Amino acid sequence: MYDFTGLIQGINKWLHSILPAVAADVVGWILIAAAFLGLFAILGLVLVLAERKIAAFFQLRLGPNRIGPWGIFQTVADAIKLLLKEPVGTNRADSFLYNLAPYFVIIAALMSMSVLPFAKGLHAYDIDIGVFFVIAMSSLGVMGILLGGWASNNKYALLGAMRSGAQMISYELSVGLSILTIVLLSGSLRMSDIVASQSDYWFIFKGHIPAWIAFMIFIIAGTAETNRTPFDLTEAESELGAGFHTEYSGLKFAFFFLSEFVNMFIIAAMGAILFFGGWMPLHIGGWDGFNHVMDFIPPIFWFFGKVSFLIFLIMWFRWTFPRLRIDQLLTLEWKYLLPMNLANILLMAFIVLMGWHL
Amino acid sequence: MGAEAIVVFFIAGLVFVGGGAIAAKLLSPKSTNPDKWEPYESGMKTIGSTWVQFKVGYFLIAILFLIFDVETIFLIPWAVAMKKVGIVAFVEIVIFIVILGLGLLYAYKKRAFKWE
Repeated sequence: MYDFTGLIQGINKWLHSILPAVAADVVGWILIAAAFLGLFAILGLVLVLAERKIAAFFQLRLGPNRIGPWGIFQTVADAIKLLLKEPVGTNRADSFLYNLAPYFVIIAALMSMSVLPFAKGLHAYDIDIGVFFVIAMSSLGVMGILLGGWASNNKYALLGAMRSGAQMISYELSVGLSILTIVLLSGSLRMSDIVASQSDYWFIFKGHIPAWIAFMIFIIAGTAETNRTPFDLTEAESELGAGFHTEYSGLKFAFFFLSEFVNMFIIAAMGAILFFGGWMPLHIGGWDGFNHVMDFIPPIFWFFGKVSFLIFLIMWFRWTFPRLRIDQLLTLEWKYLLPMNLANILLMAFIVLMGWHL
Repeated sequence: MGAEAIVVFFIAGLVFVGGGAIAAKLLSPKSTNPDKWEPYESGMKTIGSTWVQFKVGYFLIAILFLIFDVETIFLIPWAVAMKKVGIVAFVEIVIFIVILGLGLLYAYKKRAFKWE
């Protein structure tokens, strides 16, 4: 019903009809890049506001409420302020690496966003190794944080970066393995195939208990991967100043902040695509009337609804769990999540072998 | 969009960060106070060098990660093919994961996960 393939092809055809072939291609690329950069910036603004409003809600406060109705322009004002601030850094930094670090985090986040399917036919690049590509890009983001922390020549920043390196690479294993559990069910790494194979039931229902275990591991490891509380040792305001971005200010700091929130969106989107059927509506076998009503809701709303729910869950964690110590953090990953994950993969492989998945 | 998407998004990221940095440079005020450019250390002057020897535990974790990440790379093609290959793939992966688990057990016995 709601298919974007025609619309995208229509725009492409129209561009080709009014421009020579090469120019039409280039204009198309610029349009796509501009759309994604716009989405990137809007996500940053909306998620920062949501974070502050939800924090206020959990603490019985009002949150930002001065600029615009319910303070909805607060983050726009913040962004302008960050742009106009003098970038105060340190003259002892390794200036080339210090300036390079924001490029790493932003480009890694942008490139992993480019392979996400938002609705049927609405994706920039339906790469055949989609899931693997996102894992690869997220490990590129770690490099930006390590570079930034090391190049700052500040003890707080170095401590934050080293902790972050240990934490993010450890939890990357769990993210990768819990994604693999779902790849077993779909038999494909392509994002659109993964979504399409959930058109009857979502994988979290198809995979029985192992899928639930994989989802829990995924959301824990995803929270750690994005450096959010309770795993925010990287920043740990009360002990490290601001962690790896202590020496960054103004817009350079804003880039780190933005990438943190966009990474949270990417983790939530991956969770929605892998476990909750991406843009597929909720279907219950036999309930035809119900299924028709669900089909009527456009897929883009399903996608963003699921993503918002997972983001809310991650923000909820922040106000529920206290911060872990670094040894507890590594114990949790290496002694509990990793062995559990390996056993879970075997269990899921057995279910697939016996054909017990729906 | 085909594989050129990777290049397009890479350039878009460069333009986004680079453009932002240039705009910030043009728009922001400047002042020259030497103390402003000292490393931030809660008001103290930094004592000694920052780039010093670091706790070996971090490197140990990095090496362990390297081992297990390579194992994950081997698991990915298996996971894609599992449905088609069937029982042979299952038996092979049980052997593979048992060996992997023994490696994890060895690291555990060698106290690699103890943070001390």
